[in-house]
Amino acid sequence: MPRERRPLTLQARQARLAWIFLAPCLAVLLALGLYPLLVTFQLAFTNTHAFAPADTQWAGTANFTRLLSESDFREALRNTIFFTVVSVSLEFVLGLGIALLIDSEFRARNIARATILIPWALPTVVAARLWGWMFNDVFGVFNDLLVHRLGILSEPIAWTGTHGWAMASVIAVDVWKTTPFVALLLLAGLQVIPRGLYEAAQVDGAGPMRRFLFVTLPLLSPAILVALVFRTLDALRVFDVIWVMTQGSFGTETLGTYAYRQLFEYSRLGYGSAVCVVLFLLVALFVAGYVMVFRRWEGYR
Amino acid sequence: MSPRNTLLLKIRRVLFYMVLIFALVYTIFPVWWALVTSLKPPSEIAVTPVTYLPENPTLSSFQAVLRSSTFQAGLRNSMIVAAGATVLSLLLGSLAACALGRYRFRGRGLMMALILSMTMFPQIAVVGSLYRMISLSGLYNTQLALILTYLLTTLPFTVWVLSTFFRALPKELEESATVDGASPLQTFWLILLPLAMPGMITTGLLAMITSWNEYLFALSFTIDERARTVPVVVAQFRGASRFEIPWGEIMAGSLIATAPLLLIVFLFQRRIVAGLTSGAVKE
Repeated sequence: MPRERRPLTLQARQARLAWIFLAPCLAVLLALGLYPLLVTFQLAFTNTHAFAPADTQWAGTANFTRLLSESDFREALRNTIFFTVVSVSLEFVLGLGIALLIDSEFRARNIARATILIPWALPTVVAARLWGWMFNDVFGVFNDLLVHRLGILSEPIAWTGTHGWAMASVIAVDVWKTTPFVALLLLAGLQVIPRGLYEAAQVDGAGPMRRFLFVTLPLLSPAILVALVFRTLDALRVFDVIWVMTQGSFGTETLGTYAYRQLFEYSRLGYGSAVCVVLFLLVALFVAGYVMVFRRWEGYR
Repeated sequence: MSPRNTLLLKIRRVLFYMVLIFALVYTIFPVWWALVTSLKPPSEIAVTPVTYLPENPTLSSFQAVLRSSTFQAGLRNSMIVAAGATVLSLLLGSLAACALGRYRFRGRGLMMALILSMTMFPQIAVVGSLYRMISLSGLYNTQLALILTYLLTTLPFTVWVLSTFFRALPKELEESATVDGASPLQTFWLILLPLAMPGMITTGLLAMITSWNEYLFALSFTIDERARTVPVVVAQFRGASRFEIPWGEIMAGSLIATAPLLLIVFLFQRRIVAGLTSGAVKE
């Protein structure tokens, strides 16, 4: 008599099913994400040139020591941090302002919300080209407005062709393009704050400023954290807007464009991968920092 | 109410609308300016002082762009790549999201953390290794290379957002389906998936927009009209003449590349906003 097969418990069956359902997705993410990432880490310790796999040689930490002595790399690192801090701060302040604006009741609110989605939806490449045209030194609308119409400047400025202004220009495009995302995240956060809390604070005699500081901001902190994390990570790896507008010239080289140049223009696969590793670690560092700051903040409340 | 208070209220209202209008102009102006430029004949574009409306509006820039074979190929490639990446990430993503949203099993928390961390993945960190893999497998300069690599970006957030939709469905669905003799895959396909359709549409739209806009991989893994997508074409558009930059055509091309997205945004505004913010509010 055949032994009766014991049926799997419900839990075991569910677990098996879950892994079957997860398998295709995990396979793709492992093959296209984690495996190439490991390869990048491995390449960073080799002196691989070009994309021929045959000439790979172990180089120890030579790439990383070279990085530190390379002034181009140090400049790219500085620019990346500068770009990230300035653009994310501006996006946060402007995004919060727009979110508060749209959170209040007014007619045409839906149209306003759809309109601010436009910069978010269009390709970064398109945003860079639209602004590149407005920044044009001869025929651009900004120089025309500032020099001829408003008389603020006496001479036109080569916005994307001068040190300083070039960085300001790419930051302006990034801020324009991504402030809507921050605004929408914060708006969603604002809309789940119970209105009764504001009324209660008002009854207790709190003015608008105190209501904002002691009711809105603390309750908005989860949404703020998410917005800051996502924006910071995007800003640290910035590539598209800079590559299209300035190709990293005039003091706009960041780690993203620097790594791309090393990999694809100079075929320095080993050295370029080392730059990528630094960028990856920088991203990880920022995430850890944010999480710690907000944990502490939550602890105080 | 005292007259002073009504005056204050009025001032506040005026100020509010002034700030609002300023914000909207700031948002819209670059797109509007591209439209103005694209409707001007070349003789009105390269002039100083700048004119603020086209005197002799013409569609010639749009016609020139639409006739260009590079641009046509770009649009075609972008459509195929965006559609392919969206369908694949919905297919794989919905299965994974169902597992994470409906089943309790060991390692679920770890998988959620893995998926979430993948949403923050810097693509530049893998672009060199992926280039090698793609070259070795003979996929260089194909639409398939882009469809597959775009999954790296679209799949994690598809799974993440969809799993919240699956979790929200009532618990009894599987039980009654099992009693009726349905297999797990049937339950998923015939019962859970239709109910999660709003989530599928939202994440599908986000995946489509992301794939349509992607630049770094398209720039790195393609070389010509066979697979080059529209962002790369728009970024490299220089025009036929070597001396004059065809700003009208660049602006027209930019607008054409954006038009499908604007349509999607205005049609599905609520769904897109819900999808974008679903991670932020629920945590």
